[in-house]
Amino acid sequence: MEVTGFDTWVLSLAVFLPLVGALVIMLIPKVYETELKLVALGSSLIALIVGIYIAIQFDYGAAGELQFVVDKGWIDVINSRYIVGLDGLSLPLLLLSLVVVPLCLIYSWNHVPEPGNTKAFFILILILSTGMNGSFVAQDMILFFVFFEVVLLPMYFLIGVWGGEDRRYASLKFFLYTLFGSALMIISFLALFFLSKDAAGEFLYTFDMRALTDAAGVGIIKSTQVWIFAGLFMGFGIKVPMFPFHTWLPDAHTQAPTVGSVILAAVLLKLGTYGFVRIAIPFLPEAAIAWAPWIGLLAVIGIIYGALGCLAQKDMKRLIAFSSVAHMGFVMLGIATLTDFGINAAIFGMVAHGLITGMLFFVAGSVKERYHTLEISRLGGLLKSAPKMGWILGFASMASLGLPGLAGFWGEFPAILSAYNPGAGMPEETFRTYMVIAAIGTVLAAGYLLWLFQRTAFGEPPEEFASQEIKDVNRDEWIAWLPFLIGIVLFGVWPNLIFNVTDDVVSGITASVEAIAAGS
Amino acid sequence: MEVLSAFARPALDWHALAPELTLLAFGTLITVVDVVWDERSKRTMPTLAGLGLLATLLPILTLAVDGTDRTMFGGAYVVDDFSLVLKALFLISGYVVILMSVDYIREGDYYENEYYTLMLTSLLGMVMMSSSRDLISVFVALELLSIPAYMLAAWRKGGPRSNEAGLKYYLMGVFASAVMLYGMSLVYGLAGSTTFSSIAQALSEGAADPVAILGILFVLIGFAFKVSAVPFHTWAPDTYEGAPTPVTAFLAVASKAAGMVALIQLVFVAFMGRDDVVQPFFWVISALTMTIGNLIALRQTNIVRLLAYSGVAQGGFMLVPFAVASEAPARAVEAVVIYMAIYAFMNLGAFSVVLAVARKTRSGEIDSYGGLFQYAPGLAVAMTIFLAALAGIPPAGGWFAKFGLFRALLDAGGGWAAALGVIVAVNTVIAFAYYARVLVQMWFLPAPDGDERPIAVTGALGAALVITLVATMAFGVLPGLVGHFGEVSVLSALG
Repeated sequence: MEVTGFDTWVLSLAVFLPLVGALVIMLIPKVYETELKLVALGSSLIALIVGIYIAIQFDYGAAGELQFVVDKGWIDVINSRYIVGLDGLSLPLLLLSLVVVPLCLIYSWNHVPEPGNTKAFFILILILSTGMNGSFVAQDMILFFVFFEVVLLPMYFLIGVWGGEDRRYASLKFFLYTLFGSALMIISFLALFFLSKDAAGEFLYTFDMRALTDAAGVGIIKSTQVWIFAGLFMGFGIKVPMFPFHTWLPDAHTQAPTVGSVILAAVLLKLGTYGFVRIAIPFLPEAAIAWAPWIGLLAVIGIIYGALGCLAQKDMKRLIAFSSVAHMGFVMLGIATLTDFGINAAIFGMVAHGLITGMLFFVAGSVKERYHTLEISRLGGLLKSAPKMGWILGFASMASLGLPGLAGFWGEFPAILSAYNPGAGMPEETFRTYMVIAAIGTVLAAGYLLWLFQRTAFGEPPEEFASQEIKDVNRDEWIAWLPFLIGIVLFGVWPNLIFNVTDDVVSGITASVEAIAAGS
Repeated sequence: MEVLSAFARPALDWHALAPELTLLAFGTLITVVDVVWDERSKRTMPTLAGLGLLATLLPILTLAVDGTDRTMFGGAYVVDDFSLVLKALFLISGYVVILMSVDYIREGDYYENEYYTLMLTSLLGMVMMSSSRDLISVFVALELLSIPAYMLAAWRKGGPRSNEAGLKYYLMGVFASAVMLYGMSLVYGLAGSTTFSSIAQALSEGAADPVAILGILFVLIGFAFKVSAVPFHTWAPDTYEGAPTPVTAFLAVASKAAGMVALIQLVFVAFMGRDDVVQPFFWVISALTMTIGNLIALRQTNIVRLLAYSGVAQGGFMLVPFAVASEAPARAVEAVVIYMAIYAFMNLGAFSVVLAVARKTRSGEIDSYGGLFQYAPGLAVAMTIFLAALAGIPPAGGWFAKFGLFRALLDAGGGWAAALGVIVAVNTVIAFAYYARVLVQMWFLPAPDGDERPIAVTGALGAALVITLVATMAFGVLPGLVGHFGEVSVLSALG
């Protein structure tokens, strides 16, 4: 498809508009707070409108191909180019990222967490937004790497400046873990650059992700592939996060300010899983087949470990954080099956988890704001003191435990199912065992989520809060939350909205994996 | 008389020597102006010195446009693209250092005119270093750049720490020179020539000679002192802490780069045939330098010492490509040159912020950075960008420098190179841990004494900040800018 006129700009606009907004805000003095906020919201909303335009113009018949492709020179000396493009895999995630940011800004409109400073807070969120959007559309490994890293510092500061008591520890831990992963990731990127060959056996020397997808690791000997995959695994696996690299996540989530947690859960974690589907598996299918049983193993350990972790938590936010570990376990299990079914489910799971867990963190943030505590044993009677918020919590919990009819179901259930029949060349018994374990994980999920809901929402409001008036959901919260709630229902009753978009890309990936499996 | 008449003056290419001569002229001019006008001249000194550096850039530009390689003195002195890129780098770093010095030197009741003369002299040594292609000219250039630096380190003449800095630097420097000279004499004894190209030929032929190995190691160890590689780094933190901060910046950036330039010529030309000696040496030295520099930096409480140890570690990063000198020579030279260029700006930038903050807090403790983001957001953001660059986080410039290292290592390939790559990766993470301590103070904590008056940044220092900030960000977003110079320099460095 020839890209012309305005369409050559749309992806770059969606990526860089928030950054432009951030630069404009930098020039506005702090005292003009309303203007600052308007510029921030405006730039993120325009980016969202551009995103909607992209979604409308997107050719759904050719969702498996990159669209709106722009390919311009960037760093000639290392043969890295500014290549952006969008296919059915990127589209839902880009839209998710574009939607979440303005909603977070609206939620923070009147209550930027302690110690205030709206200007810096909004600037950081906008820079974060550019990094996230860019990661989902970059089609050059170096460009991807740069965007992937751009998110680190803003998130570090969001946690470190506006976070809870242990924020210094949590922010540093978040940063060091991810930095370690990405340092190994860039080594793997370079190894791919130097070792990849095209079909004719010539060295490619390119960072172009399209060319590397086509090359599919042919010509790299398997043991080397496995090592390169290991580097990618560290980079993406830490971000997901996979057991045993997940320990940064509960700390980061617990300490982060509400919108920090929401963005972290809704978008940042997806950079990891997206990396697996976009880069690790298509570039190195042979290594992916070798690694998949181990990834599956870590995924189910994550599911069970996360669930057990949830059951042991006393803090509501920490519980939701551990549930993230479990849910991302389902996503990774779906990916590890290397089947059409499983990877589609995984992508659906990414979006669903983004919406549901994002929603749960929003509620947790609002509860914290009203009760000044998130200790589950001190809370109770939310349905009486703030019934609307109570029901929203109940609704999000139901969605999170995978109730059919809501979005969570379509991420979890097919992922489990796909493990029954993993891709070609993979040990069936092993994956069927994983399937059983993952199924047990859903039962545990129901357990901890209902338990959470019961203890915080049912019963009489505890005495220490009886005298206070607990305000129910306010206007800002409604505006910020409604799109999440609508999304959860919409994708729950109409999952094909996403499956139809992603399927073409996924079948392309699995086809190349099957070809390799058949060949070896 | 016969000797005199037998002496034929070597052909001089005045165009090729124009940068050195310009620099020399301005150095002399400053001294003359000082003598003639005495007190009245003080105000004009920094301007004059800065002008001198900018004027020196002009012949470098014309030489670059001209583009022919010029060789003099039987191959001992060469002006090619490699040397021009580095000369420009030295001069621009020197210019930024002078901008940083203006107020510091003026307000501190130090000798002013001599300071700038010595600075220019040291820069002259560096400019010569980048053209030297033989043992003697390398040695002369090295001493020319070092001896003024010894004096500059002791410039805060009233402070015992500064005197300690100067003395320590002097003693260690002289010791290193002696070791190096001994090594050079061994190498000369074997090769029968002092030019790098003939040494390369002689060394690669006489393979098993232990004297050759000893000679090579001594020369390399001599330079390892200069670039403060572990375990020869012990002078650096004390000297850096005691010396006036602009001088520290000068030593950490320009002086270190000069040592690296000499190493590039030695390793990639003179000792190229002996990678059996050179590569293991650098593998070990770079791994040690990165790791130990970083680990000690973790424990520092003074910002200048922190930057000093971080500088040691950064030097370790720069030494990494030398470990794959023979497998991937082009990528390795490129990586070192690019690293030096980016490092110069990000490190000078960090020192500029240190200077600016110290003008208010009068302290070098990391704790004194508390609350900086509240009362001086501009400086805090600038410092954040410089530290992020030093840590190698995109989009600030440093990532491309680290990327160059990985690229050289993976181009070389093999288990040893990959292992060194992983060591670099781990060190990147360690390094962020201590840069983060400064970030934590600036962003997360309140001002220690509750003093939240804003910081007034003076014009010259502001200019230094703007130059370094723009360069750091530009190198990060459009690394092609610096990559181009790296590529150009490779072609001529490797002949």
